[in-house]
Amino acid sequence: MVAMQLQSVGAYHGRKLFVEDVTTPVMQAGELIAVIGPNAAGKSTLFKRITGLLKGPGNIVIDGARTRNAITYMPQDTSANAVLTVYESILLARKQGQSWTVSDSDLSFIDEIMRALNITSIAFRDLGALSGGQRQLVSIAQALVREPEIMLMDEPTSALDLHRQVEVLDFMQRRARSKGMIVMIAIHDLNQALRFADKVLVIANGRMRACGNPRDVVTVDMLRDVYRVHARIEKCSMDHDHVIVDGTAH
Amino acid sequence: MAEIAALPIEAEAGRERYRALARRKLMILAAMTAALCLSFAVDLAWGPARYSLSEVIAALIDPSSVSAQIRAVVWDIRMPVAVMAIVVGAALSVAGAQMQTILANPLASPFTLGISAAASFGAALAIVTSVSILPVAATLLVPVNAFIMALIATLFIHFISQMRGVSVQTVVLLGIALVFTFNALLAFLQYLASEQALSAVVFWTMGSLTKATWPKIGITLAVLLIALPLFARHAWALTAIRLGEDKAASFGVNVRRIRLETMLIISLLAAVPVSFVGTIGFVGLVGPHIARMILGEDQRFFLPGSILSGALLLSVTSIVSKSIIPGVVFPIGIITALVGVPFFFSLILSNRSRSW
Repeated sequence: MVAMQLQSVGAYHGRKLFVEDVTTPVMQAGELIAVIGPNAAGKSTLFKRITGLLKGPGNIVIDGARTRNAITYMPQDTSANAVLTVYESILLARKQGQSWTVSDSDLSFIDEIMRALNITSIAFRDLGALSGGQRQLVSIAQALVREPEIMLMDEPTSALDLHRQVEVLDFMQRRARSKGMIVMIAIHDLNQALRFADKVLVIANGRMRACGNPRDVVTVDMLRDVYRVHARIEKCSMDHDHVIVDGTAH
Repeated sequence: MAEIAALPIEAEAGRERYRALARRKLMILAAMTAALCLSFAVDLAWGPARYSLSEVIAALIDPSSVSAQIRAVVWDIRMPVAVMAIVVGAALSVAGAQMQTILANPLASPFTLGISAAASFGAALAIVTSVSILPVAATLLVPVNAFIMALIATLFIHFISQMRGVSVQTVVLLGIALVFTFNALLAFLQYLASEQALSAVVFWTMGSLTKATWPKIGITLAVLLIALPLFARHAWALTAIRLGEDKAASFGVNVRRIRLETMLIISLLAAVPVSFVGTIGFVGLVGPHIARMILGEDQRFFLPGSILSGALLLSVTSIVSKSIIPGVVFPIGIITALVGVPFFFSLILSNRSRSW
């Protein structure tokens, strides 16, 4: 089973070290890790560094991966004006680097993922005709058909309605467990993070502030220091912690 | 969300529909190929002396079965022009298609980004001043100069587009600036030129297939045959680039490397035909758009579609160029603009959802 640890990881944007010194505990297969932090904190940069799209210091230690391309990154920007159907765009993600021929098993797997994400009704629509939320779901499907062992999702639920957000996060949590995947999700909704994440990584101003059990990490002090809000943390009916924001702190 | 247990009927639905759409696209490609064959035959039959299609087919299949005059006209006079139309149309269309793909720009083509204008300037430099950029034989002076200038323009566009912070709009503006620059330089040379050189330059810039020869066809075809397998090898990656740089990179595509490789191949594909036949606009712009509207942007269909649409467009234009006034062959560059632009308008306005 795959396991990943970040050791003093940093990332360059041009010549500037935009993220520095991120060290995490070992992330295990089946875990969902929420990456939280204010806007421009360095969440996307960290993901790009882990994926290899950006360079930087430190080590990303991956053990037990079955393939060389174990990591798949789902970018935040899902806009596309290519003249392709949804189905073609998902097939494209699966077939990268392979032959022109498309097997029945490729297509069956795409069908399975589309059913699981409830997007079969838009399968043959053009990408340009989709709403923001639909584009986000297609983007998740594109990442999943690559059968990643480590999946990095950059704000995958930001354009989804509440029902879809819960559906997607619940699905990703169960998919991580059933397939032995590590799923890292950059997310702004702290309550969703508290509900679905096994670990929470807090990043602010390019530096890691904390990483660990959600209850230990999401605290009133952290919310004040990182997000500049006065907040309470209470238990909700499902025995999860719940953040209630009372106002901004200056 | 429940992962719904596999329902056999639903499981088949997406797969079967995809297969049906792929079959439909193959049928369209077959129909385009048939139309191209027909256009090619008509191109051979049409001219000051008009032959029937059966005579042309007989001349092609069994030359000894037709008269020496028909044989000579079909094989020696019309064949090089008809083949050149197909090869040049295909090369310019593929060059335009891949330029639009990697620059993520619907306006990209050898003509709109100043590559044809650069080639014209190179050719005019050779015609007017006999100045050679590379030491070559006098007969090759015009095409070699045109080629070198076209290559320089293409690489210039490429390297600027790779610079940090350069947007797609900037690249188009830069292309327009190149068009104006080379047109101004061309006008400067025309002003200085002798009457004889001036008419040669004007004729060259209009684009014409009448000077087609088998060696020129061979070189253009060779470049096309080298380029196509390289594009085909990257078919999935090139399609992915149309989803955006980040998305393509997330699929494992080395976007920078593929862009560079593709641009180098494009520079050859765009420069070689222009250096032989002069400025032929709009094929590189319209050809890919027709293919895109009919077949979408999956390069497995888009690439052959662009080849066929470009070849068909120029082959039909070749027929039109000798049909307007009997006995007169108009420079094909004039006709591509006259035929291509209204056709382009009608396509855009009739099917907006499948255009860019």
